[in-house]
Amino acid sequence: MSYNLKENLMREERLAGGHRMCAGCGSPIAIRTVLRQLEPGDKAVVTGATSCMEVSTFMYPYTAWKESFIHNAFENAAATCSGVETAYRALKKQGKLDDTYKFIAFGGDGGTYDIGFQSLSGAMERGHDMVYVCYDNEAYMNTGIQRSSSTPRFADTTTTPQGSVIPGKIQNKKDLTKIMVAHGIPYVAQTTFIGNFKDICEKAHKAIYTPGAAFLNVMAPCPRGWRYPSEDMMKVCKAAVETCVWPLFEVVEGKYYLSYEPKNKLPVEEYLKMQGRFAHMFKPGNEWMIEAFQQEVDRRWENLLALCNL
Amino acid sequence: MSYKKASEINEKIGWRDITPGCNIYEGGTSVTVETGDWRTMKPVINWDKCKQCLLCAPVCPDMSIPVTAEGKRGEFDYFFCKGCGICSKACPFGAIEMVKDEK
Repeated sequence: MSYNLKENLMREERLAGGHRMCAGCGSPIAIRTVLRQLEPGDKAVVTGATSCMEVSTFMYPYTAWKESFIHNAFENAAATCSGVETAYRALKKQGKLDDTYKFIAFGGDGGTYDIGFQSLSGAMERGHDMVYVCYDNEAYMNTGIQRSSSTPRFADTTTTPQGSVIPGKIQNKKDLTKIMVAHGIPYVAQTTFIGNFKDICEKAHKAIYTPGAAFLNVMAPCPRGWRYPSEDMMKVCKAAVETCVWPLFEVVEGKYYLSYEPKNKLPVEEYLKMQGRFAHMFKPGNEWMIEAFQQEVDRRWENLLALCNL
Repeated sequence: MSYKKASEINEKIGWRDITPGCNIYEGGTSVTVETGDWRTMKPVINWDKCKQCLLCAPVCPDMSIPVTAEGKRGEFDYFFCKGCGICSKACPFGAIEMVKDEK
């Protein structure tokens, strides 16, 4: 069925208000959008890696989750999810369960790119029928904006403070989406919030209903950590896509498909200038940083186009 | 065995009465928490300008823009709205204005 925003919004809201995420946070938008793609009648079991999202949606006794939710540690969201999925399959086989459940793990970039990586890799390799959704806000925001392996080069964080010693984070961002593709799982996609949400909704639906393991990487801006005014979130997402800093693509059974190709690829400055974490890159004498950032984006973009046979 | 409901659990409850493993047996119990009191700026909709395109509804992080069973955008839920302003920028028709929230 083709995507329709109105029909999509009329579905049941599966995340409740009253959670304590910051005003303008991207992660609840990612979560409610993904959960909305569950078919009416289907239920979900959600596991959450330690993250802003976990501690803010699940403050005893107040839970924002309407689906079953398992609160666990930083490193084992995918392992927990795969265990529950296996138990479900066993019960289903014994005829002890009739309902259809879907299994979704949510983690931030810290819990996905770094700490939860081994359990994620294991769950994907074993091919459990589950989706791992990473809401990528490019640092450990919950504990006060420390760098993660997802933080882009030159970003100013509390553990990579820019100044005369270092130019912000020294290393490039880890390309986790491609690492997940290398697991040979049936569905991997990268998305964010654009326009009428067609891209993220369709990808989330495919990820949930593709039998076997699936991975969805959603860029979810953090106004506090990225230092931009909270109301500009959609502008930041659009700039990330139009500059090819965060390309939208999906990989189905190992085959790459580009979801969106900008008509005029914008220079990375259009994305960087909105955010305080990159402000130092615009100081006189730091032009080389923007150049280096652009080169890395271009390199990855060309590589992606080649993979998509474009 | 009957377990305590979320509404019966508060700072005064003893450890014997707390639910085992701090489990919660209902969903969505956070709806009793008013996050609207964090707000400094408040979104106000001008219904004359609203074209019901619904582009504001999916961008809300706080489920404060309800869409009715008829597919129409409803009034803001100020009980949860934290006033982030994403909706005001997402509106292509300038129908949502951010004003200072007087309490």
